[in-house]
Amino acid sequence: MSIIVGLLYAAGIFLMQRRNMVKFLIGLALLSHGANLLIFTAGGLTRGHPPIIAEDATLADPLQADPLPQALILTAIVISFAVLAFALILFLRAYQTTKTDDLHDLRSTDA
Amino acid sequence: MMFALTALVLAGFAAPWLCRAWGPRAAGRMALLPAALFVWFLAQLPAVRAGDALVQGFAWLPGLGFDFTLYLDGLALLFALLITGIGTFVVWYSGAYLKEDPASHRFIAVLFLFMASMLGVVLADNVIVLFVFWELTSFTSYLLIGHHHEDDSSRKSALQALLVTGLGGLFLLAGLILLGLAGDSYDLSVLMENKALAEHPLFPAALGLLLVGAFTKSAQFPFHFWLPNAMAAPTPASAYLHSSTMVKAGVYLLARLHPVASESALWLAVVPVVGAATLGIGACMAYGQTILKRLLAYTTVAALGAMVMLLGLGVEGAAKAAMTFLLAHALYKASLFLVAGIIDHETGEKDVRRLGGLRTHLPWTACGAGLAAVSMMGVPPTFGFLGKELLYAAGEWPWVFAVSVLAGVFFFVVAALTGLKPFLGAVQPTPHTPHHEAPVALWAGPVVMGALGVLFGLVAPALGHHLIGPAVTSVLGQPAEVKLALWHGWNKELMWSLATLAMGGAALALLPRIRPALERLAAVTAWGPDRAYQGALALLNAVAKGQTRILQSGSLRTYLEITLLFVLATGGTWMLRSQPVPVAHAETSITMSDVVIVTLILVATLGAVFSPSRMAAIASLGVVGYAVALLFVLYGAPDLAMTQLVIETLTVILFVLAFHRLPPFTRRSSARLQLLDILPAALVGIFMAALTLAANRANFAEPISGFFAEHSWKSAYGKNIVNVILVDFRALDTLGEITVLAVAGLGVIALLKLRLVGKGGPS
Repeated sequence: MSIIVGLLYAAGIFLMQRRNMVKFLIGLALLSHGANLLIFTAGGLTRGHPPIIAEDATLADPLQADPLPQALILTAIVISFAVLAFALILFLRAYQTTKTDDLHDLRSTDA
Repeated sequence: MMFALTALVLAGFAAPWLCRAWGPRAAGRMALLPAALFVWFLAQLPAVRAGDALVQGFAWLPGLGFDFTLYLDGLALLFALLITGIGTFVVWYSGAYLKEDPASHRFIAVLFLFMASMLGVVLADNVIVLFVFWELTSFTSYLLIGHHHEDDSSRKSALQALLVTGLGGLFLLAGLILLGLAGDSYDLSVLMENKALAEHPLFPAALGLLLVGAFTKSAQFPFHFWLPNAMAAPTPASAYLHSSTMVKAGVYLLARLHPVASESALWLAVVPVVGAATLGIGACMAYGQTILKRLLAYTTVAALGAMVMLLGLGVEGAAKAAMTFLLAHALYKASLFLVAGIIDHETGEKDVRRLGGLRTHLPWTACGAGLAAVSMMGVPPTFGFLGKELLYAAGEWPWVFAVSVLAGVFFFVVAALTGLKPFLGAVQPTPHTPHHEAPVALWAGPVVMGALGVLFGLVAPALGHHLIGPAVTSVLGQPAEVKLALWHGWNKELMWSLATLAMGGAALALLPRIRPALERLAAVTAWGPDRAYQGALALLNAVAKGQTRILQSGSLRTYLEITLLFVLATGGTWMLRSQPVPVAHAETSITMSDVVIVTLILVATLGAVFSPSRMAAIASLGVVGYAVALLFVLYGAPDLAMTQLVIETLTVILFVLAFHRLPPFTRRSSARLQLLDILPAALVGIFMAALTLAANRANFAEPISGFFAEHSWKSAYGKNIVNVILVDFRALDTLGEITVLAVAGLGVIALLKLRLVGKGGPS
C-alpha cells in the first residue's frame, strides 16, 4: 500500500511540475488519491469488515475497520472533486483569455 | 481612572461625527473633556499626597495572572495632570489651527486616542498593560506625525518615529517580562516595593532592555534623531509630543523604575552618561538651527537628556530637580511650540532670523511667548529659575555641573530666539502680514501656561509640598518632603544662575558670528545615527526585495519545488533521526487481488504520466480512481468505494467535456528537465511511502473511533458508523464540506458566466 501512495505522490508531483495545465490537473487528481490512501492506511487496514453494526447488535464488532479515517476520506474525496472542478474551469477560462495553456507563460499578471 | 480612559477613547472614536455636527466649535467643546479630567485628577491630590494611592482594575487574563490594574500615585498624578491639562489646550488649539484642513476631524480623533494611550502608560500598574499603552502611543503618534500624509518627508518622519519607538517597545516588553520573572509579580507597585529585586541574576538583563526602551522613547542618544524629524507633525501635535507626552514616557519609565534600579551599577554607569551626552548633543545641534520648530525640537532633546541625567544620579536632590524641571519644561515647551505654530500660521515664516516686531500685531501671543521664554531662560522668580537652581544643586559631580551650566546657557539662547526675538525689534517682512491677533483658541494655551510658569515660581513652597513632593516620593520609593523656595540666600547656585544669564546674553550676541561654524558642525553630525538608520532601512528593503525575487518568482513550478524541498528537508531529517525507516513491514497478508489492483494502479498511473494523448491520460486517471475504489471495497470501506466511483465518473466526464476546448498536449520540457523533475518527485514519493509505513505503526493517543463505535447505535440510532459520523457526530464538518462544494460550484458558474460577458465585450 505504501508503494502505491509513494507512486501516486511521485506521479502527481511530476505532472504538476509540467507546464501544461491539463497535466497539472491530472497530477492534482493523482495526488489527492495518494493523500486519501495515506489516511486510509494510517488508520490501519482491515480486510472485509466494514464498520457497520450488525442487524441484531447494538455495539460495533471490535474487529471492524476504523470508521474515522473513512469519514475523513469521504469528505476529502468530495472536496478534492470540488477543487479539481474549480481548477479545471479556472484553467479553461485562463486558456480562453490568454490563449495559452502553458503555466510558464502565466507568471505575470499584466501579461 | 477607568472612566477617564474610556471617555477619551470614546471621544476619539466619536470625534469625526462630533466635528461634523458641531463644525468649527467642535474642538473647543471637546476640549472640555480633558479639562474635566484635569479637574478630577486635581481632586485626587489630597488623597495621593496623604500616601493613599488609588488602585482600580479588573481581571484581564486571569489564566496568565495579568490584571488590568491602574494605579495613581504622586508620580502618575503629576503626569496625568500634565497630560490632561496641556491636552485641553492642545485640543482647543487644534480646532483653530487646522480649521482649513479637511482632515482635521481625523487629527482630533487620533489626538484623543493618543491622549488616552499616554494616560494609560502613566496609570498602568500591570506591566503588560503598560506595554500595550506604550505601543499605542507609538502607533497613534505615528498617525499624528504623518498627518500630512501627502508629503513624503512627513511620511518618512512618521515611519522613523514608529520604527525607532516601536522597536524600543519590543525591548521594553522583553525587559518587563524579565522583570516580572525576577520579581515574581507583574504589578509595578509590587515590584517597586521589592528591594531585593536588584540582587536577582536576571535584573541586569531586564534593566538593560528596559533602558533601551526608555531611551528610544525619550529620544536619548543615540536614538535622538527621530524627535527633530517628528516635528513634521502639525504644530499642536508637536507641542503635545514634546512637552508632556510621548517623549516623557521614557522619563516616566525611568522615574518609575527609580526606587529599585537607581542603586544598581548598570543604572549609575549608563543613565547619567547617556543623559549628559544627549544634553550636550541636543544643545550643540540646536545652536546651528534657525527654523523655529527645529530649534525647539533640539531643546527638547537636550531637556530630556537633562531629566534622564538627573534621574540617573540616583540621589534625592537630583530626583527633586528632575521632577521640578519636568514640570517647568512641560509648561514652557508647550507654550513655545504653540507660539511657533501661531507665528507660522499668521506669517508663513519659519526662520527666526527673518522674524521680528510681531508684538504689535500679536500682543497676546507675544505675552504668552514672553512668559514662557523667561521661564525657560531661568530668570527669577519664574518656575524655570527654580528648576535650574535645583539642576545646579544636584550636581555634586563637577562634570554634571559643567554640563548643567552649558545647558543653562543653551536654554537661555534658545528661549530668547524663539520666545522673544520674533516679537521684539523692528517689524520684518514676512510672506503674510498679520493684521490682527490670532483667535483666542490659539493664544489661550501659551498665555495660561506661560503665566503658570511664572506663578508656580511665586507659589513654589506650596507647589513643592502638594505636587512635586508626592511625585518625588514615588520616584524615591520612600517619603520625601520637597521644600521649594525661590530664595536660598547667596549661595553657589544663585551665583551660577546669574552667571548663566550673563553668559547666555553673551552667547546670544555672538550667535550670528559663530553660526556658520555651528552649521558646519551640524553637517558633520548628520553622519550620525540617522545615517545608520537610513542604511539599515535600505538594507532591509534590499533583502526583502531579493528574497521576494527568489521566492515569489511567479512560476508555479518554482513554488512547488520550494515547498517540496522544504517538506523533504524538515520531514525527511525528522524521519531519519527519529526511527529507522521500516523496510519490510507486513501490513496484512498479501493476496492475489491485492497484487492485481496494485499492478493496475501502477500501470494506469504510468499511463497517465507518460501518455502522449489527452484521452488516454484521462482514461488512465479514471482507471486509477476505479482501482482505488476497489481497494476501498477490499478493505472494508464500501461507502468510500461508492463515493469514489461516483466522483471518479463525474471527474472523467468533466475532463472530457472540458478537454475539447483545450489544445492537445505539446512537449514543452526538454528531456533533461524532465529527468531533473523526476528527482524531487521520486524523493517525495519515497518520503510519502516511508511516512505511510511509519504512520501505520505510530499511535500517539487512544483513537476516538472507539467512542463512535460505542455510541453509534446507543446515541444516534445508526448502524453504519461512517454515515453516523458524517451526519451526526461531525455534522458541522459535513456542513462545511457542503459549503465548500457550493462555493466551488458558484465559482465555476461565475467563471462560465464571465466567459459569456468576455465574448460579448471588447476583448
